Amino acid sequence: MADSQINTQKPIIQIKDLTKSFGQQQVLCGINLDIFPGEIMVIMGGSGCGKSTLLSHIIGSLIPDKGSIKLFDEEITTLDEKELNSLRKKIGILFQSGALFNSLTIAENVALPLREHTELDENTIEIMVKIKLEMVGLREHSEKMPAQISGGMKKRAGLARALALDPQILFYDEPSAGLDPVTSAQIDQLIIDLTQKLNVTSVVVTHEMDSAFTIADRMCMLDKGRVLKIGRREEFQNLRDTNETQTLSTSDLLIRQFLRGAAEGPITDRIESSNYEMDILDIQR
Amino acid sequence: MSQSSSKLEPKKQAPLLIKTLEAVGGFVINKTSQFLIFIGGISFLLFDSFLATMGSIFKPTRRAGQSPLIFQMVRVGVRAIPIVLLIQLAIGMILPLQMYPKLDEFGQGDQVATVNAIAAIRELGPLMTAIVLSGFAGASIAAELGTMVTAEEINALKTMALNPVRFLVVPRLLATTIMMVVLTVIADITMIFGGWLTGMKLGLDPSVFYFMTIDAVNISGFVSGLIKAAVYGLLIGLIACYQGLSVKPWDGSEGVGQATTLTVVYSIVAIIGAAAIFTVIFYSYGIFN
Repeated sequence: MADSQINTQKPIIQIKDLTKSFGQQQVLCGINLDIFPGEIMVIMGGSGCGKSTLLSHIIGSLIPDKGSIKLFDEEITTLDEKELNSLRKKIGILFQSGALFNSLTIAENVALPLREHTELDENTIEIMVKIKLEMVGLREHSEKMPAQISGGMKKRAGLARALALDPQILFYDEPSAGLDPVTSAQIDQLIIDLTQKLNVTSVVVTHEMDSAFTIADRMCMLDKGRVLKIGRREEFQNLRDTNETQTLSTSDLLIRQFLRGAAEGPITDRIESSNYEMDILDIQR
Repeated sequence: MSQSSSKLEPKKQAPLLIKTLEAVGGFVINKTSQFLIFIGGISFLLFDSFLATMGSIFKPTRRAGQSPLIFQMVRVGVRAIPIVLLIQLAIGMILPLQMYPKLDEFGQGDQVATVNAIAAIRELGPLMTAIVLSGFAGASIAAELGTMVTAEEINALKTMALNPVRFLVVPRLLATTIMMVVLTVIADITMIFGGWLTGMKLGLDPSVFYFMTIDAVNISGFVSGLIKAAVYGLLIGLIACYQGLSVKPWDGSEGVGQATTLTVVYSIVAIIGAAAIFTVIFYSYGIFN
């Protein structure tokens, strides 16, 4: 599980033993994850594996039951709302649906964080907005309302808004969900470009394997609230391409099934194991 | 088959009573706790909004913006004007018509003007406007905020370090409160005008009607009506914002629909409750007599 490359840098995000349960259901069971400055970390996993919950914890929306999360070397689990807000200005988040404010135009959406959090005058803000929109290729559409543009454009506009305050970390929640292959590839390219140009750290939560392998520097596989494997992209690529079955551990087989998107394997075996006969005859226990 | 069911029978009978008790008890506890959570949530929201309002007044560097407030006032108030006019005109015409025969028996037919004016400014003006507004503004605010929750917009606001209370709730609360007062003034005048129309139809003397009305409309009655109106407006805004924001992202359209319905129901209950409490306070302490 250890990173093959010896990383001398200090991690920008450091998660230790993160545990969270909702009622009876344990969603995260002791997550350990380090993310280093300037890299693209892709967090993968099936539906309900806890990846969105993990993201909510990192951005401070949820408070963990146990464990620690450090952002920029600051322990965020003990911060109050005010301290958390000053930290939030240093991160940008692209939501799954873009989460644009429907009552504002694209330009106003991007300008909002600048108007609220900076002392810049209107002219400067206007220029900043144009720069951010140009980065994502939406400058011509700045006066449109969110309802008038396509899903892919909404995501790009959301990205421009996330970039507004020049964040050091960018979070992407399912950036290619619900997009056609070409738009999805464009978004992938945009993520790579922005990470390199702006030297930000990107954390991408996704289950689209194509885009994951395109953008990732390192990858992390979650399953049932646990980290199965963290490694460089090449390690995951090797695992996907190998046909070895005997020597692989169950968790590696599980990851391989996920990476390949195969219909048969440890993941599907697990789902089918509930007792069908007992259930259909309505015999309890 | 029959054997097995007869075997089960004694087992089934005993828990029935307990089950009933459990169900009733559970229902009561559940509803009580829901009610307490609701009251607590509303109170917190009111407190937060108050702090946020004070913050924007005393820290002008924060660009709270008047444009959202004006936008909300137009949206909340202006659309409701026609329906308020219609309802108040109708009530103003009906009330004197039903009062007149009885009052005329005592030779007090002219008093319909007094009855109508007092009813309008003290009770029916604010009350009917509030009920109209809870349907018009309350429902649309709840639906809007609920949809914003499901579209992750509220979450986005929070992660952009923007306070949803200051940003969304405060303009809406102020808008409902201010527009309730404005609409109530319109409603009062309309209802009195409606009464005047009926009075003329009944053959009353216009100048008598006019002086009777002027006599009945005093400042304290008018102000008491406007205070009521402001409180009703605040209640509508609070309940609508609370219901809208308590939609969970995974509730989807069903959650938004429920929030809308509950807003209208709770608003009307709260308004009528507040009306009763106001009347008790005003009459027992002799305020605004």
